[in-house]
Amino acid sequence: MVEPVAHRSAAVMATVRRPLRRRIGAHRGVIVGGVLFAIICMAVFPGAMLWPIDPTAIDLGNGNAKASLAHPLGTDQLGRDMLARVLAGGRVSIAVGLAAMMVALGVGTVIGVVAGLSRRLDGPLMRLTDLFLSLPLLPLLLVVMMLFREALSEGLGPEAGLFVLIVGAVGITSWMGTARIVRAEVLALKERDFIRAARAMGVSDTRLILRHILPNVASPIMVSASLGIASAILTESALSFLGLGFPPDFPTWGRLVSDAAVYLFDYPGRVFWPGMAISLTVLSVTWMADALGDALDPRRAPPR
Amino acid sequence: MTRIGGLIRSAGRAGATLLIFALAIFALMELAPGDPMAQVPMTVPDEVRQEMRLALGLGEPAPMRFALWLWQLCVIEPLAGLDAVLGTQLADGKPRILSWQARAPVMEIIAAHLPQTLWVVGLAYAVGVAIALPLGICQAWRQHSVFDRTGTALSMLAYSVPPFLSGVVLIAVFSVWLGWLPSIYDTTHAVRDWSDLWVQARQMILPVAVLAVQTTALIARYTRAAVLENLQMDHVRTARSKGLSEAAVLARHVLRQSMIPVVTVIALGLPQVFGGAVVTEQIFLVNGLGHLLIASIEANDLPVVRTVTFLMAVLIVLANLAADVTCRLLDPRIGAHG
Repeated sequence: MVEPVAHRSAAVMATVRRPLRRRIGAHRGVIVGGVLFAIICMAVFPGAMLWPIDPTAIDLGNGNAKASLAHPLGTDQLGRDMLARVLAGGRVSIAVGLAAMMVALGVGTVIGVVAGLSRRLDGPLMRLTDLFLSLPLLPLLLVVMMLFREALSEGLGPEAGLFVLIVGAVGITSWMGTARIVRAEVLALKERDFIRAARAMGVSDTRLILRHILPNVASPIMVSASLGIASAILTESALSFLGLGFPPDFPTWGRLVSDAAVYLFDYPGRVFWPGMAISLTVLSVTWMADALGDALDPRRAPPR
Repeated sequence: MTRIGGLIRSAGRAGATLLIFALAIFALMELAPGDPMAQVPMTVPDEVRQEMRLALGLGEPAPMRFALWLWQLCVIEPLAGLDAVLGTQLADGKPRILSWQARAPVMEIIAAHLPQTLWVVGLAYAVGVAIALPLGICQAWRQHSVFDRTGTALSMLAYSVPPFLSGVVLIAVFSVWLGWLPSIYDTTHAVRDWSDLWVQARQMILPVAVLAVQTTALIARYTRAAVLENLQMDHVRTARSKGLSEAAVLARHVLRQSMIPVVTVIALGLPQVFGGAVVTEQIFLVNGLGHLLIASIEANDLPVVRTVTFLMAVLIVLANLAADVTCRLLDPRIGAHG
């Protein structure tokens, strides 16, 4: 009895998944953007370990060096290797982006599902979402960074504390899009027959949400997750650029651009490479999200 | 009648939003660890320290200070504003919000910084919207054409390049390399005649361009999506089959509906533009609100930080309210059912 059921469910899954995969395949952006982002992640996480030079190693005799075999991107004014710094900066920037996206996604999904399911909480939660949407977020983030950075760096150490602070602050201020999309999807889903059937069978609320609702809102969540990574990376780099992000000796992409901006005319590469890395990462993720949205929305015609 | 009622309701909601925001920003600063007197040297005796706290207005309990701040924001500062305009003496002797650092009324400092921000942000927004609307409409009208694809790629690119990078690169190209435009915004420059106006325009080009590119990218995307959705409607097919020209179909049957979500996005994009303005002002050294905010954050000047952040929220909420009114004018169905 068990085997045919398992067999059938696998077959059903295959037919359900195939058109989706084909639809995604029809939108090259998903593939190109995804591969690009994967390459950047590979270069930044395991790749940085292969590059032997320490990003913080100061070599004053070898400052402002031009690109060479030993330093493919040259060195900065203190003789620190730029390639190592860009890779280390990317590790922080992408880690912040991913973690902040998870926070935003978690908060947004919970609020969206609760607002969609509960008639009583819908109004207040959507008011809250509108409230957050009409806040001056970057100024608010700056204020939060100013108020809490000392306390958290003392509590958790300068790097871990600021990581938690930045991830938390960026996450808490960017869940609104996810919440709105998830709520709209849940509202539409609530009236569908299979949800009613599940309710009639006496499925508990938790199980209903986990087994029947969340899998069906996964695709819009995926799209807003990709967009969330992009906006978190941009926000973190803006904070670092303004000097309110990580401590000065701790390289992130935004900090590298801001440090190098003074030397822009003499050493344009130092602004160019980290800046390029930010733009390329954000571009790849946005592209992926955009094409994914097109692929998952059957109303939109595929490109010819 | 119901429409006016709806309008009053949204105004009330905007007021409530601002009140909650004021409370939140005040509570945030109260809950934050850290003492405003932390900068004072350890050698200062305790009695003096206590007097300094009182002088900063920190003697009262937090709820009293919040009430005082609200009272100052809503009553005393507007009265002081009236005094400045009409030459009356309504706010004389009343406690105004004072900056800890400058020891001057916060509103006077803000009044000195606000015009630059409003000019740069407002102009950038106007330029951005003026480019984005026709761009998005044409893209949707000729979907999948080369123009559409180029436009989509360009707006995605514009979104991906952070303002601090594009600003720095523009300075390098136009100020340092070509030497056409000044890289620093001279706030003290006063416009008296045509040549002054030309100088003013030249120094505004770069900051406005950096901000306008961001706005254009955002709004063009939404315009394209909204117009695309409406182009697929049945009434558009009917209009075309009646033999109306494409221009008439677009102008009469598509644009009005499409503008409803776009107007909302234009208002919702404002927080992002203020964020971009903080960064842009820092790059071009525009002496505006964002610059003031960063400077007072660095100096730990809480009254200024609080008031500037609140003022930005006020500007955003006002823009949302304006968008709400515009949507009601565009779509009579909104609010008709209460």
